[in-house]
Amino acid sequence: MAEKVQNAIPLSELAPGSKAKVLTLFAEGMVRRRLLDLGVVPQTIIECIRRSPIGDPTAYRIRGTTIGLRRDDAKQIMVEPLVE
Amino acid sequence: MSCMCIEKRTELLHHKFGIAALAGQKVVALAGNPNTGKSTVFNALTGLNQHTGNWPGKTVGNAQGTFTHKGQPFLLVDLPGTYSLLPNSADEQVARDFICFGQPDVTLVVVDATAMERNLNLALQVMEITDQVVLCVNLMDEAKRKGIEIDIEGLSKKLGIPVVATAARQKQGLEELRDCLLDVACGNITPVPFTLRYSQEVEQAISELEPKLTPLLKGTMKARWVALRLLDGDDTLLEDIERYMTEEALQDPSLSREREVSPSWPQA
Amino acid sequence: MAASIERGDIHRLHAIARQVREENTEAVRDVIVEKIYQHSQTIADEVTSRTNQNKVNQDDRLDAILTSRYLGFPIMLVLLGIVFWITIAGANVPSSLLADGFGWLEGKLTAVFMWVGAPAWLHGVLVLGLYRGVSWVISVMLPPMAIFFPLFALLEDAGYLPRVAFNLDRLFRKAGGHGKQSLTMAMGFGCNAAGIISCRIIESPRERMIAILTNNFVPCNGRWPTLILLSSLFMVGAVGMGASVTVAALIVVGMVLFGIAMTLFVSWALSKTLLRGVPSHFTLELPPYRPPQFGRTIVRSVYDKTLFVLKRAIITAAPAGVITWILANIMVGDKSVLTHVADWFAPFAHAIGLDGYILMAFLLGLPANEIVVPILIMGYMASGAMMELDDMGALKALFLDHGWTWLTALNMMLFSLLHYPCGTTIYTIAKETKSTKWTVLSVLMPLAIAIVVCFVVAQTVRYFGWV
Repeated sequence: MAEKVQNAIPLSELAPGSKAKVLTLFAEGMVRRRLLDLGVVPQTIIECIRRSPIGDPTAYRIRGTTIGLRRDDAKQIMVEPLVE
Repeated sequence: MSCMCIEKRTELLHHKFGIAALAGQKVVALAGNPNTGKSTVFNALTGLNQHTGNWPGKTVGNAQGTFTHKGQPFLLVDLPGTYSLLPNSADEQVARDFICFGQPDVTLVVVDATAMERNLNLALQVMEITDQVVLCVNLMDEAKRKGIEIDIEGLSKKLGIPVVATAARQKQGLEELRDCLLDVACGNITPVPFTLRYSQEVEQAISELEPKLTPLLKGTMKARWVALRLLDGDDTLLEDIERYMTEEALQDPSLSREREVSPSWPQA
Repeated sequence: MAASIERGDIHRLHAIARQVREENTEAVRDVIVEKIYQHSQTIADEVTSRTNQNKVNQDDRLDAILTSRYLGFPIMLVLLGIVFWITIAGANVPSSLLADGFGWLEGKLTAVFMWVGAPAWLHGVLVLGLYRGVSWVISVMLPPMAIFFPLFALLEDAGYLPRVAFNLDRLFRKAGGHGKQSLTMAMGFGCNAAGIISCRIIESPRERMIAILTNNFVPCNGRWPTLILLSSLFMVGAVGMGASVTVAALIVVGMVLFGIAMTLFVSWALSKTLLRGVPSHFTLELPPYRPPQFGRTIVRSVYDKTLFVLKRAIITAAPAGVITWILANIMVGDKSVLTHVADWFAPFAHAIGLDGYILMAFLLGLPANEIVVPILIMGYMASGAMMELDDMGALKALFLDHGWTWLTALNMMLFSLLHYPCGTTIYTIAKETKSTKWTVLSVLMPLAIAIVVCFVVAQTVRYFGWV
């Protein structure tokens, strides 16, 4: 990622109901490949849907499918929140 | 793949994949993302003519079913539902191995009409491995309810393969799907899948690798696809070629059956 | 087209691969995956057109209720309770009809044996042993199975089960497990062997092993008829019919919750000791909710699961019935072999709140849990006065005759919930783990837990003089 993005946050910080664009994946190994398979690649728009009853994991809409991700995994995805 | 000696393939299917195909049966591999109604399509096509088993050496279940259409018997092999064919788990490896080495007459990819973007990813990956692909856009009823319309003909043109719209729960589009499988399996229709071009660097590397690979692979699989896998560092492919494609492996059924790929457990 | 590649060419392929690896970095895979997804998106955008964009997603609305902070857990419990309630209430009538039918047929069979002048032992082995064992299993098991499996299949079909994993992941993770473990447990309610096979959905070997070793703590279909029977007989006071079903269902739910608590505790203990390690990642698709296909789902679950499990139960019930009858009727001195063994077990059994016959029944019931109660009844009937078991009252009288109290019932329920897995399940564990060590542990660990829990309960209850 060459360009600097000012308001980059980890996906885990994204509030339910808001959307963001994927910038970088810090995850490595198995988790990285799993996320790539699910379509978490740069430029992908991810919407945070809701948190589970006890706060973790969180449901995200990724390419038309709702996927639950744990905080620890979502932390490794840097995103740029989109303002609507 | 249709010119591969039938007996040899029957043996390969039996020894390497634990699948008993009868002479004259056309083999269809059924691939798709999880939750696309793939098993509904499987059930709708085969009814109660099914039995389940295990992929040899892997802790992944498989289901096979049969049906006959216009006098042509088919064997339908239900692959595990996966998001991709890059072998990250036993499920994905089984799906990839069968499409690549099981030499099915047709690979039917079931996609969810409400999540095309995610689902086409798998279809594109399958199209890189084999030309014999049919796309089934399922859950058309659900898409309609959600106000989604899909240009089936346009999709077929863009991909270069036959596309059939179905609502398997409502038993809609199944006859057309059977016709289509028959046409592709018997060579009445020859799909010409569109080739996805990557970045210049990747294409450069592919064009260097392809001529080196082509003579070695002897037409058993697409050199372009093997080149891509070597480039993305997929180490399992060469092992698998050795397992499925060498003469020794074909002679010795034990070679793959005995090999355990299940993860090693921690020691107590 | 040639079907094989020569060995020399394989070496050449490896050489090419090595070269490629030296020249390229990890990043190529990212580039390739990115490109494929980009292209999927382009095609999808070109061929899809959407109307009524603004419509709120129905699934999100449902999720807002089913996975909500306040309602998520209560709804899960209520659904579990409803499934049990329907199963228990619905199974009563067909169960007694089947029992009546088998009883009638037994009379006819006995008449035939008398008519041909068959010896008493032959009638005993075949009718009182084999036939009764099999007919008990069918009349007790078939109705709840034929109701439970389809109900669960409907929940699965509707897309609810992944929400359970979503709701519970954090809990399981704290115990060192994985949210998907809850799905393997749900499968275990039907059959633990099926539950253990379903552990394959957990990718990480460590968490999968935890799920395999603890699956036994959810009562399978072979055990919860025992739980239902004992809770209806001993735990329910003199209340009306409708209420007693509810109380029985509540007690069974309580037992299930205790089993789940034990699962979490043992998972935690294993993850701190034998299976140490960091919990792996969790990705779980929450598929769209879909109206379940009642007809097809019910037919398929009856066809695939119910008949399969029933067949297995009958195959094990037949020999167990024969063996039990023989043991109960071969006399050594003035007592049968069964009584001798039961007497030998008695002191230990008493310490853990059971009796010798119960332990004997669990031992002989190793092939399948559903035959434990039939074996017990056969053992009691052979040792006591022979009687006709025509209703629940008679059954309770039989148990009371042998010194049962509510403590006996409670501890038999606990022992049934916690003890070693059945033969089929042990075999499945051995096949899935490919390890003798882990298989042995999967038998000894729950057995030890069952003994300790029953001992503590029995001693506590007796100390306070509650029985």
